[in-house]
Amino acid sequence: MKKIMLGNEAVARGLYEAGCRLVSSYPGTPSTEITEYAALYPEIYAEWAVNEKVALEVALGASVAGGRAFSCMKHVGLNVAADPLFISSYTGINGGLVIGVADDPGMHSSQNEQDSRHYAEAAKLPMIEPSDSAECLEFTKEAFELSELFNTPVILRLNTRVSHSQSVVETAERKETELKKYIKDPSKWVMIPANARPRHQVVEKRICDISDYAENCVFNKTEIHECTSIGIITAGPSYNYAREVFGDTVSYLKIGMVYPLPINTIREFASRFERVIVIEELDDIIESFCRQAGLTVEGKNLLPITGEFSQELLAEKILGKAADYDSFEEPVPPRPPVLCPGCPHRGVFYVFKKLKLYVSGDIGCYTLGAAPPLAAIDTTFCMGASVSALHGYNKILPENTKKSVAVIGDSTFMHSGITGLANIVYNKGISTVVVLDNRITGMTGHQENPCSGHTLKGESTAEIMPENIAYALGVKKERVVTVDPADLAEVEAALRRELEQDEPSVIVARRPCALLKYVKREAPYAVDREKCRSCRACMSIGCPCISITNGKAEINQSSCAGCALCMQLCRFDAIIGGNTQ
Amino acid sequence: MTGNIIQKQTKNIKNKNIKNIMIVGVGGQGTLLASRILGNALLAYGYDVRVSEVHGMSQRGGSVVTYVKYGEKVYSPVICRGEADIILAFEQLEAARWLSHLKKGGILITNTQRINPMPVVTGAAEYPGDITDKIKAKGISLIAADAQSLALSAGSEKTANVVLIGVMTKYLGVDDITVEKTIRELVPARFLDVNMKAYELGRNISAGSVK
Repeated sequence: MKKIMLGNEAVARGLYEAGCRLVSSYPGTPSTEITEYAALYPEIYAEWAVNEKVALEVALGASVAGGRAFSCMKHVGLNVAADPLFISSYTGINGGLVIGVADDPGMHSSQNEQDSRHYAEAAKLPMIEPSDSAECLEFTKEAFELSELFNTPVILRLNTRVSHSQSVVETAERKETELKKYIKDPSKWVMIPANARPRHQVVEKRICDISDYAENCVFNKTEIHECTSIGIITAGPSYNYAREVFGDTVSYLKIGMVYPLPINTIREFASRFERVIVIEELDDIIESFCRQAGLTVEGKNLLPITGEFSQELLAEKILGKAADYDSFEEPVPPRPPVLCPGCPHRGVFYVFKKLKLYVSGDIGCYTLGAAPPLAAIDTTFCMGASVSALHGYNKILPENTKKSVAVIGDSTFMHSGITGLANIVYNKGISTVVVLDNRITGMTGHQENPCSGHTLKGESTAEIMPENIAYALGVKKERVVTVDPADLAEVEAALRRELEQDEPSVIVARRPCALLKYVKREAPYAVDREKCRSCRACMSIGCPCISITNGKAEINQSSCAGCALCMQLCRFDAIIGGNTQ
Repeated sequence: MTGNIIQKQTKNIKNKNIKNIMIVGVGGQGTLLASRILGNALLAYGYDVRVSEVHGMSQRGGSVVTYVKYGEKVYSPVICRGEADIILAFEQLEAARWLSHLKKGGILITNTQRINPMPVVTGAAEYPGDITDKIKAKGISLIAADAQSLALSAGSEKTANVVLIGVMTKYLGVDDITVEKTIRELVPARFLDVNMKAYELGRNISAGSVK
């Protein structure tokens, strides 16, 4: 059946059709929807793992048990899962194992734009890369065949424009696969030095064999157009941009298996043309490979290593053709994303700013607390780093311990904040950790996590409380406090008290995300124009519902969620309504 | 060498057959559903279609843009500056922001709604005045519609996105029946009546316009 599908949905369809039995992932834009779509198939057991390392290990275990398994993550998630990734290369698989990784050139929703292809080379694992939804489906299915043919995990590399573009796919029926029998074999599965040494030789032999396979595989396609003097070697989304700019005026070698690269195919292709241009986003991996093979190619001399490509960029950089357009002449103010109306994080950041704290930040919606007017975050590195990096900061500047906090969401705390907290307790740290517990993974669009009380499949389950984790790690009972982030006075009092302590504290600011379906929207507030003195105190929380109209504050009635933060800030009782009347 | 390609490129009629539509707005305005309705309607009509959206940070009230491209065969899912045949703006400032993506001779359809971005709210920047007049003064074909009011009269403010699709249908090269059928397929049954009403109100807006 012909359908229009998101790249990520097509990957999930590929999993289904390939008879995949288990999916375990951690959410991360732009990879998240693969697992959400996979969970809709009753034939697939799908779960949100607590982090990417756990997810990949779960999938590896399922493979050992003989089932086809899949795990996916965003590019930075693969850093977290790197440990099992490298080891799974040595052990190989039993049931087919495919690992999805979605890169984000242009950083639409990421903290860096690393090129995941380096992992394939480093771990000596085959990596395939589709360009559109039809290939997402086809390549995912083929990936399992490849995995089982060579006894290797296979990496499926995606990209924002492939994951989040819809194009036409043709679906087929699911093909059930037999469970492969598990046979006890420590020489393959127990990675101690004595076993790993021979396994390393297996890995080297395997990647040579896959290099031969790459020369004639279904993933690489040569498209020769008559009378063309330029040959373009490209992969993934870059192929689409090149195809749109050059049409049939050039010939193409579209690489679908980006590691290992097919040396003979590339040589043969390059020999046909006067000029060969490698068009690849991010690093110059294919280009360097060509150079090492002694070929004369162009690439990064014309095109940037940073950012996302487009047909406009290729036309400009390769053809010297500038885009022709009109534009609005006046400055257009930017529209950065903001914390939503009613967001429970807002009040906490307001208090951080008020107390002039050093704030060690983390990854999630609450990273938006770095933007003005809250501008309350000092650092943001990677998942979980708020807790561990604050400990290091405070060891160097002990006098600042009473003026600094780590701030981390519930999902991120479960992902990798717990280890940092254990480190603080164990190493006699005295840092204060604030867990913003909104009972969901917010940034990526509401994925369940161990604090939600529900699984990905919607079943109710144990609800883990960060407070209990803090107790278990050895934070004293009286130093673990729970506050309602909607109550500014309560948040401020707790922070002042805990910052004064000479031992570690954990403050859990608990209130469910305002966008959750079960959260009842409160009645909106309004401004009494008579009483408003235009002091702009209510503007300091960065609420998108409040503006100054004709000199006085005004609250947008259709968007106000009735969180009452602005009401708590007004010294003239000018903010009225909500549930108080 | 380079010159050669440019010459051949202009003769490449396949690309000329591709129609590019951009839907721009503010996170939470329903641009995603609009692009999905459009993509499915175009596929049902027989075109090759690509729709590109960006998730994540662009929600949370940020600037949101989706691309819908269709024709005999579409490759790139994105639309660049000077390429859009139609820009459907759900908000005036976004119409101004993305104007550079409009093709010379393209049509800009904009909702007259105004949503202040955070720098305007905090007073760090000003919301430009008379946006639609200034764009019209540049000789650009512009259709402005108060989609919020029309949506309200249809029965729900949330149908503003469908009102705007209604305004645009005339320029798509797709028949109404296909679009209507797609709305029926994608909108939950209990909201169908208001949405069909919203679609009709939108269609009436452009029925009288020249192009």
